[in-house]
Amino acid sequence: QLGREHQGITLRGSAELVAEFFSYGINSILYQRGVYPPETFTRVQKYGLTLLVTTNPELANYLNNVTEQMKEWLYKCIVQRLVVVISSIESSEVLERWQFDIECDKTAKDDNGPREKSQKAVQDEIRSVIRQITATVTFLPLLESACAFDLLIYTDKDLAVPEKWEESGPQFIANSEEVRLRSFTTTIHKVNTSVAYKKDSVP
Amino acid sequence: MAQFLFEADLHGLLKLDTPIPNAPPARWQRKAKESGPGPSPVGVSPMKPANRSHSSSKTPSKTPGKSGSKIQSTPTKAGGDRYIPNRSTMQMEMANFLLTKENDPAEDSPTKKEQQKAWAVNLNGFDVEEAKILRLSGKPQNAPEGYQNNLKVLYSQKMTPGSSRKNSRYIPSMPDRILDAPEIRNDYYLNLIDWSSQNFLAVALDNSVYLWNHASGEIIQLLQMEHPDVYISSVSWIKEGNYLAVGTSSAEVQLWDIQQQKRLRNMTSHCARVGTLSWNSYILSSGARTGHIHHHDVRVAEHHVATLAGHTQEVCGLKWSLDGRYLASGGNDNLVNVWPCTQGGGGDFAPVQTFTQHQGAVKAVAWCPWQMNVLATGGGTSDRHIRIWNVCSGACLSTVDAHSQVCSILWSTNYKEFVSGHGFAQNQLVLWKYPTMTKVAELQGHTARILNLTMSPDGTTVASAAADETLRLWRCFEMDPIKKKEKEKANSAKSSIIHQSIR
Repeated sequence: QLGREHQGITLRGSAELVAEFFSYGINSILYQRGVYPPETFTRVQKYGLTLLVTTNPELANYLNNVTEQMKEWLYKCIVQRLVVVISSIESSEVLERWQFDIECDKTAKDDNGPREKSQKAVQDEIRSVIRQITATVTFLPLLESACAFDLLIYTDKDLAVPEKWEESGPQFIANSEEVRLRSFTTTIHKVNTSVAYKKDSVP
Repeated sequence: MAQFLFEADLHGLLKLDTPIPNAPPARWQRKAKESGPGPSPVGVSPMKPANRSHSSSKTPSKTPGKSGSKIQSTPTKAGGDRYIPNRSTMQMEMANFLLTKENDPAEDSPTKKEQQKAWAVNLNGFDVEEAKILRLSGKPQNAPEGYQNNLKVLYSQKMTPGSSRKNSRYIPSMPDRILDAPEIRNDYYLNLIDWSSQNFLAVALDNSVYLWNHASGEIIQLLQMEHPDVYISSVSWIKEGNYLAVGTSSAEVQLWDIQQQKRLRNMTSHCARVGTLSWNSYILSSGARTGHIHHHDVRVAEHHVATLAGHTQEVCGLKWSLDGRYLASGGNDNLVNVWPCTQGGGGDFAPVQTFTQHQGAVKAVAWCPWQMNVLATGGGTSDRHIRIWNVCSGACLSTVDAHSQVCSILWSTNYKEFVSGHGFAQNQLVLWKYPTMTKVAELQGHTARILNLTMSPDGTTVASAAADETLRLWRCFEMDPIKKKEKEKANSAKSSIIHQSIR
């Protein structure tokens, strides 16, 4: 790992960093928003923070699949957005929508030299975003009913849909309030985070 | 076969939450079934993996009990029926659209195409031709039933179940006194009250500081900021109680003499508001919004003697240990740093410990007075936990979920307990027994979140300042008169030995 810091960031390294961030980010969202019981999460040290990841094997497996797929797509620079949709189980209504926009520098595929940015700097940026996600619980409306989550990935149109994946609609929220969070960049991939939530009809 | 039916019935009866398998369907169910099968037979075929809902265990067979009784209870809840137990994973609209579009001729004039494209971009947020949205199917099992989203319980609870053990002492549930604190700033990150060893309670109300004499009840206005936009962000008494340090939003640290009601020093070294202060004999430490902590030696002209850079966001909690060996700081970046009193080899201050476990801003920081190296910290809204640490080993000795934002922690030597101040929803003070971490009492009364706590010099009373613009004094650590006499005897015995040796 030490060697990597000196070498700068390669395309593959960047894809891994971003995919890893998504994995921990999604886990944090699921914990903070109470989609799964807090007892099913355990603490791990990452980015110099204490983060919570799920111990539920099925869920962990599911998220692993997504992370692996994201890594591949990020490497090929064909993924544009990752969305975590939180909807009520009973009414199927979308209550919250976490959107991660990805800007990929396609020239990175061509030039083979690694980019000049220390891993530590990227880690610091990722740390700020994750802390912001944790802090959003102070203003996001309570999720009253039992909720389920969905993961949507926006890719290039000519991508062959792999097995286990299917096409879907964007699942927007009807009357929403949106908040932009911090972004981070590895100089090859830039990730912008924002969260949209259903505006309360009663003030 | 029959025995399974019997077992299923038995299970169902005992559990009382499964629908009765052989009962006639309710009217609304019949209605749903009538309207249900309309799109369903058509929707089933074209979508390949979508229909693989997580109802693999919900076989719509005649012996539902066989397939695991627990999951069976929700077909009604998911809006499904016997044929399609779970509709939520199906995409009716998509299916309908795909089927019906084959019938429409694709004859569009170029302008119409442009229009449609514009609409599509508007609705979808991106050009449908350029990107497509994928969804991973085979969603994992949702949280088990009966799991109510914890946060709702957390944030709307009325009464936490009190400890069943009877308290061994009487703690009055009403405050001793309520003082008015108009214009107090409702900012979690500031530290606006402090109680001196000379029994003066200093309160910062926006741009003025008032002193309240506990013994006489007299109120003095000590100072008022000259500039109308500047407000006071922290106050801290020196140990002897004759000087008061004041931190302002204009990044100044002022030192005031109480006797003469005059300002002695105005120390500038920060570039952002000073939200927290802590004294260690003649060293005054200040924490600012930039995340930097400065040490000021108040005896010399060049007061700024050291800078500690360990936080990336506002420092809201700062406390020197009682023996002066360590300084604990908590920040809005969710970190707790423990600093030594002397510099390391390189001349730089580096923390001996950094704790990252809190998931929220750490404002509540307090050292245990009877056990060395034990530190208590409390997290903000995103965290709500109180943690006890041993700063030498770095181990977290215990954690407790307080279910509410923690703004301050104070230890009490009289009873080996500590008190914590909270915000939403009950705005209460909680007394905890250490080290068992059981709740001794909960003191309610504030109508808005508590911002700060401070302790009287005799250790019997706790003052709380809250966003409801009141200060309440709680006499929760009143000493039993018999025990008090014993303590005084012990103290006097110590002092007499000293006198003997001096003679």
